[in-house]
Amino acid sequence: MYSPDIIIEALLNGLLTGAIYALVALGLTLVYGVLHIINFAHGALLAAAMFAVLLINQLFGVDPYVQIPFLTVIFFAVGYGLQRLIIGPASHGRDENILLVTLGLSIVIENLLLAGFGSDTRSLNTDYSFNVYEVGPYLLSQVRVFGAAGALVTAALLWLFLSRSDTGKAIRAVAREKIGASLQGIDVAHVYAVTFGLGCACLAVAACLLLPTFYVNPKIGSAFVLVAFTIVVLGGMGSIVGAMLGGLIIGVVESMSGLFLGESLGQIGIFVIFILTLLLRPTGLFGAKA
Amino acid sequence: MTKLHDQISRRTVLGGGAALAATLAMPGVLRAQEPKSVKIGILQPVTGNLAQDGELGRTGAEYAIKAVNDAGGIPSLGGATLEMVFGDARSTPEGGTAEVERMQSEGVAGIVGGFASPICLASSQAAARYDLPYVVDVGVSDKIVQRDLSNTFRFGPGFGTCSKTAIENLVKLNEAAGKPARTVVLVHEDGLFGSGLAKLMATELPKYGFEIFETIAHPTPARDMSNVALRIRSLKPDLIIPSSYYGETVLLMRTLYQQRVRPMGYYSVLNGAASNMRFVKEFPEIANLDMDCNHWHDPRKEEAIQLKKAVEDAGGLWAYNIPLNYSCVKLLADAIDRAGSVEPKAINEALAASTFEGHVMPYGPTKFDKGQNTGAAPVSLQVQDETIKVIYPEEFADAKPVFPISG
Repeated sequence: MYSPDIIIEALLNGLLTGAIYALVALGLTLVYGVLHIINFAHGALLAAAMFAVLLINQLFGVDPYVQIPFLTVIFFAVGYGLQRLIIGPASHGRDENILLVTLGLSIVIENLLLAGFGSDTRSLNTDYSFNVYEVGPYLLSQVRVFGAAGALVTAALLWLFLSRSDTGKAIRAVAREKIGASLQGIDVAHVYAVTFGLGCACLAVAACLLLPTFYVNPKIGSAFVLVAFTIVVLGGMGSIVGAMLGGLIIGVVESMSGLFLGESLGQIGIFVIFILTLLLRPTGLFGAKA
Repeated sequence: MTKLHDQISRRTVLGGGAALAATLAMPGVLRAQEPKSVKIGILQPVTGNLAQDGELGRTGAEYAIKAVNDAGGIPSLGGATLEMVFGDARSTPEGGTAEVERMQSEGVAGIVGGFASPICLASSQAAARYDLPYVVDVGVSDKIVQRDLSNTFRFGPGFGTCSKTAIENLVKLNEAAGKPARTVVLVHEDGLFGSGLAKLMATELPKYGFEIFETIAHPTPARDMSNVALRIRSLKPDLIIPSSYYGETVLLMRTLYQQRVRPMGYYSVLNGAASNMRFVKEFPEIANLDMDCNHWHDPRKEEAIQLKKAVEDAGGLWAYNIPLNYSCVKLLADAIDRAGSVEPKAINEALAASTFEGHVMPYGPTKFDKGQNTGAAPVSLQVQDETIKVIYPEEFADAKPVFPISG
């Protein structure tokens, strides 16, 4: 049995990791909520964003946190463009086509990264990468605390945007009733692209927050995207609050089951939750009733 | 008389030479139809999870092909040059076997590579159906050479030899320092490689007076090492022995460093990070004095030094895959030369009888026993002065070990 100190610190670690998971899941849940598709290119886009952070840092020496504002804008534009120019036109309005197009995109993006950056696993070293906050007996990694705080702020901003702004309202209208929204004069294609752009922007923020503690290679997206998918299901597909809460729950569950069952079996907790959610509450914690 | 005898003798020799030239001229007519190049298959995983290692392996093979061709190709085949037929194993055994089939249909004389044990096992088996010579570059699983396949040869050491040497060197290291280290935590990836190694360490190390505090398994890829670090921090072991792949080892050591865990030493076996120059370059502080028992080039061989320089001058990073693949390709080229043909059977026989010395590894004489090079062994390495040095065995060492590093 572990001492209470270890358990509490593992719990805190779980929350810090969970917040980042939640941020990755935010984009996925948003795209699902509005476009009703699973974006298979999500992981590859995360890897692309992480490489962008690395590249900008190496070329211009810009700190990952300083990159957040403009990388968010760039990735919003990338997402907007992808949906407007590739995914939308190629899908011909059929959901299963969108699925295949995003799958194809993920292969293209991963291989472009492989061609451009090679297959090496790279890391970024900052002056503050190894700083810690000493809270009583606990050593909390500074960059992970920043990461969690950044994720919470991003989620709050996204929630405010969706609930207060006109574009946000339009997005919610399209999510609820596409045809009705278009009859009200809402440009559905534009809203789709904005949503996809927002999903990518979340990934850009996640990439900036992740890189000071994590490594990157062209396959790295797969490490996060399966967890993100579980979070989306747990939180309720399309729900921002659900994704946030789901992320924190999954982070803690993974950390605790890792501690008590061994790191290898830590994953079990995640998938047990996934199955239980599907069996007992298919709509997720905050999902709309079918 | 002596003089006359000499003259006769010289004439005989000259006459013999002329006769030989005449005999050679006949098959020479036939040989004119033979290709001027010999195709050899280079199989590496250059996409997928193992892509980093696959690229390094390909680099080594390319340098070897260039070296063989620059030195006049295969002499017994009239200076035929080596031509690379590259295959991407896509980091899976199926990917490897598919490429073996393609290489066979393209008429390769032999195949070098595979990298990971599962790929090597499946690919050499596929090549065995055509009796196609297969030289394993890395794949350490001892099953590879326990199947009595007449086409499969492993130039490097296997798992058994590596772990045995690693433990011997660790004991030697600790004794030389006055036995400061007694307690150990083993951290390993939960696949075939990491689990097998950790199990072996957990049985063997107590025999030498080490106490294993805990054995911690983790998945690949691991997103977070905080809990592993947390447990190690509370256990305070003297030694930490990680057996994981590159990304996870780097993540673990970064997290441990951040959590202010400072053991007497990190000693890994066949680890992806401790003998990778990328780690040393990106995190010099953390990598400093890290030890690993692994494949490595012979630092005393001029050819190895030149190869390393050429790779680094071209902007590449040095890792063991490069000299191993370089040596394996040269080994195959030597066998083709001695076989004097591209017939699989002849090359397999030449490989089995090989005493090849033109490699760049710190090995004893090449001698294959059931496909395993009995002269092969790993070396112990330590990161010192932002580069990787050999510390054991003494005869190949280019640095003295620094141990313990703290405490």
